Amino acid sequence: MGGMAIGETVLAIGTKKGLWLATSQDRTNWSLSGPHFLMNEIPSIGIDQRNGSTRLLVGARSEHWGPTVFHSDDLGETWTEPENGAIRFNDGDGAALERVWQIQPDAADRPGVVWAGCEPISVWKSTDGGEHFELNRALWNHPDKDQWGAGFGGAAAHSILPSPHDPDTVHVAMSTGGVYRSTDGGDSWQARNHGISAYFMPDPNPEVGQCVHKIARDAVEPSTLFAQNHHGVYRSDDSGDNWQSIADGLPSDFGFVMLTHPRRTRTAWVVPIKADGERIPPDGHLAVHRTDDGGATWARFGTGLPDLDYNVVLRDAAAVDTGDPAGVYFGTRGGSVYASANEGEAFVQVASGLPDVLCVRAASL
Amino acid sequence: MVGVAQKSVTVVVPSLLAKVTGEQRELSVPASGPRSVAEILDDLAGDYPVFNRRVRNETGAIRRYVNLYLDGEDIRTLQGPDTLVAPGQELLIIQSVAGG
Repeated sequence: MGGMAIGETVLAIGTKKGLWLATSQDRTNWSLSGPHFLMNEIPSIGIDQRNGSTRLLVGARSEHWGPTVFHSDDLGETWTEPENGAIRFNDGDGAALERVWQIQPDAADRPGVVWAGCEPISVWKSTDGGEHFELNRALWNHPDKDQWGAGFGGAAAHSILPSPHDPDTVHVAMSTGGVYRSTDGGDSWQARNHGISAYFMPDPNPEVGQCVHKIARDAVEPSTLFAQNHHGVYRSDDSGDNWQSIADGLPSDFGFVMLTHPRRTRTAWVVPIKADGERIPPDGHLAVHRTDDGGATWARFGTGLPDLDYNVVLRDAAAVDTGDPAGVYFGTRGGSVYASANEGEAFVQVASGLPDVLCVRAASL
Repeated sequence: MVGVAQKSVTVVVPSLLAKVTGEQRELSVPASGPRSVAEILDDLAGDYPVFNRRVRNETGAIRRYVNLYLDGEDIRTLQGPDTLVAPGQELLIIQSVAGG
């Protein structure tokens, strides 16, 4: 992977059986390399470019040998793993790391700060670029903890959104549990699920227990958030205090993906799945839907995607880059990966026949 | 060696873990008398911390799909990590069938 020219785009593809890297000069023609970490699932990838270089961070998990975090500062030529593990519970915690679901570099003006969301439900913070993480004990010991549960994929904190505008504000989403917000840098956390349905519970509007699949923050308005729920697509304009449905205009309100534009306000993408009980793209027609007006209207884009595809796109198997126009990427559980160089309006196939895609992340080099 | 008491136990490492044991497939652990599996792994953790994390999680539990055999017996059918290993005995680590 050495020798990449500036201006290339790298697309990191985490699958159930390893990591692949794809590169492109034009985001249309791609070359694929890998696998790295063969037979390890890669559910999380972070690409950190805040120090003038590119660090790849991956959460790997072997069915035999357990989970760990690797990083590479040479685009996958070599990988390093801290001897004692980047993320590990202490003796007194009575818990063991099961899976790293999210690796999220913080804002550009906080270099070195990287967040991780894990199973069991926990949030971790690193200040050394992701080499060592500290458990956030306020969330770990949260009084709501006994109300959190496991979705089908496991009980995890899967989304972490530090606010680029305010170092004290962080949003976390967990399945199940819902959205939590801290306004004091992680010293305390409050559930922020008002308006998000939990139709699968006796009280469909509880304070806690929602199965939020993914959240994303607006690039311009830090108090605007978007959520793809386990049935339900929502927007909040008050930092999560209240959520309103924006599902009208979509073929389904079920899905896993929620992406926001890297620069433009009120622009978001989803990949609808027919229903909880019917987890396929609607009628087998895989498509990306984009709103440019905060969810008031949605446009469907399927150009370049197969006529029929019955595979699901998982919550982290989609990403945007920071290019202009923004690139949009996703991979399916059928092992196909697609890239769009025009904000999702048309796609090219990057790869096919890979193991189930769990995570993709892209960056301009 | 006839007439000389063994003063160690041998841990046999699967090939998949050799890269985290300096490519050694057999690790010798001092043992002047019987030692528990947990003590033996604790000893190795100092020199081979990544090996230790592959075999055990941070609670000290042996990972679900990692099997340790003492003279052909899975230690889970013996006393688990408290199983005593005598000097001269061999502890064999093999990953179990898992995954899909």
